[in-house]
Formats: sequence, C-alpha cells, structure tokens
Amino acid sequence: MVGLSEYLIVGAALFSLGVIGLFLNRKNVITILMCIELMLLAVNINLVAFSHFLNDLSGQIFVFFVLTVAACEVAVGLAILVSFYRMRGSIEVEDINTLQG
Amino acid sequence: MLETVFFNLFGGLSILAGIGVVLSRNTMHSVLFLILCFFNAAGLFFMLDAEFLGVILILIYVGAVMVLFMFVIMMLEVNVAKLKEGVVQYLPLGGMIAVLLLIEFVAASSSGVFAQGDKAVAEHFGREVNNTAEIGQILYTKYLLGFEIAAIILLVALVGAIVLTIRNRKDAKYQNINAQVKVRREDRIRKVRM
Repeated sequence: MVGLSEYLIVGAALFSLGVIGLFLNRKNVITILMCIELMLLAVNINLVAFSHFLNDLSGQIFVFFVLTVAACEVAVGLAILVSFYRMRGSIEVEDINTLQG
Repeated sequence: MLETVFFNLFGGLSILAGIGVVLSRNTMHSVLFLILCFFNAAGLFFMLDAEFLGVILILIYVGAVMVLFMFVIMMLEVNVAKLKEGVVQYLPLGGMIAVLLLIEFVAASSSGVFAQGDKAVAEHFGREVNNTAEIGQILYTKYLLGFEIAAIILLVALVGAIVLTIRNRKDAKYQNINAQVKVRREDRIRKVRM
C-alpha cells in the first residue's frame, strides 16, 4: 500500500535534483530550462498526489494550469535563446550581460 | 503488492532519470533522460487515478516541449565540453542546498501530518469514475475563468515566440504601400522625343 508520503518523497527528490541541476549547469541555458521543467514536474506530482489522497479534483486542475504556464515559458525562453544566438553566435550565460545597464 | 512494485519502478526510474538530466555531459542526453523522467511521472499519474493528466503529460511534454528542446539544441550546436567547466566549483554550494531541501521535504512529508489523507483512497476504489469527464465538469464550471486565462496566456506565448524569432530577409521583395500611394505621374512616365 503506497501512501501519500511516498509520493511526496519522490516529488521532493525530483525538486532537489532540479535545484542541484540549476547550480551545476550554470553555463548552459538549455539545461537550466530543463531543470526548471524538472522542478515543475515535481510540483505536479505533489499536486496530483494530494488531489488523489484528499479526494479533491482541484489539484488536478492546477496541474493543468501549471502545464500550460510551463509550456508557454519553454516556448518563449527558447525563442529568446534562438534570437540571442542569431545576434551573438553564442548562448553562454557569461555572454548574456547586455541587460546590466 | 503490485501497486508497490509499480510505484517503486516508476518512482525510482524517474529519480534516476532526473540524476541523468543533471549529470549528463551532453545536452541531448539530458533531453532524452528528461523524456524518460516524464514517461515515468506519467506512470505515477496513472497510478494516482489521473489518467487525463498522464496522457496530457506525454502528449504535451514528450510530444511537443521536448521535441522543441531537441530542435533548438540541434539548431544551436552548443559546444559541449566548454560549457561543462565549473561543475566542481558549484558542487559544494549546490549540493548543500539541495541536500538541505531534500531533508526538509522528506522530514515534512513523512512526519505524519499528511497521513490523514490516506483514508480517502478506499472510497475511490470500485467507483465508476471517468477522470476526463470529472475534470471537464469542474474545469468548465468552477475554474472557467482560469481556463480562459490559460488560453490567453497560450495565445500571448504563441505570438511572443513568433515575434521574437521572426527575421526580415534582406533580399525578400516587400510591397511598400506608402511609396505606392505617394507615387506621382512624373515618376513613372518619361517623355522621349523621337
């Protein structure tokens, strides 16, 4: 019998992996975006687990919204990346400092 | 019994795939590991009676978002070896923060505060439930405003992505309506004496 806390532990592990990935891959914007996806997935697992064990469908609706926003974020982020690469010929984080003012 | 086996399979594989996402040297391998992670998370969703969201996760994430990632990686041809330096530098700080987070989350989730929710499972079994119909009923009534806002966010992201990546070609021939309207007779006709 798998309880709620097991699912929460899986979510916590995935979220921590996303955080450590943000720190380890600080030079690669694409991997940073993927780590954000991983963290959002962990949040989704938590929401679905709570929705199931508390017998409330609102959690699944919020997963729906999180999925929408995550897809939009990836689309816009990758579009920014493509246009930046076209301008500079590089996507290293060190080179992205023109917005510093 | 079978449920525990499948939970261990899906959960363990998704965590292993997450480790692969973080540690793999090649960005394309990270994307493939993330796809594996999403498939296993969809398996977890199926186990939690959220069939609609599991299918949506596979369709949207694996079918659209990850393909977009692959497309961008193939188009940009990032230098793999150069980007990975500095891993050792950030490992202590990042590892410490991540381990602290993990300890806190695990302590919070296994402390028994959430154990009261376990009782809700029993009445869910054996009932004829259609997850998609249930979600549709609640999504189009109680959360209609949120649904419409999500639609508008998608539209804005669509337009924004197109605007960001559109490129005016220099050699393309465009119609200049302003110049067309302002043209005079003298610009077009030239009298020649024969």
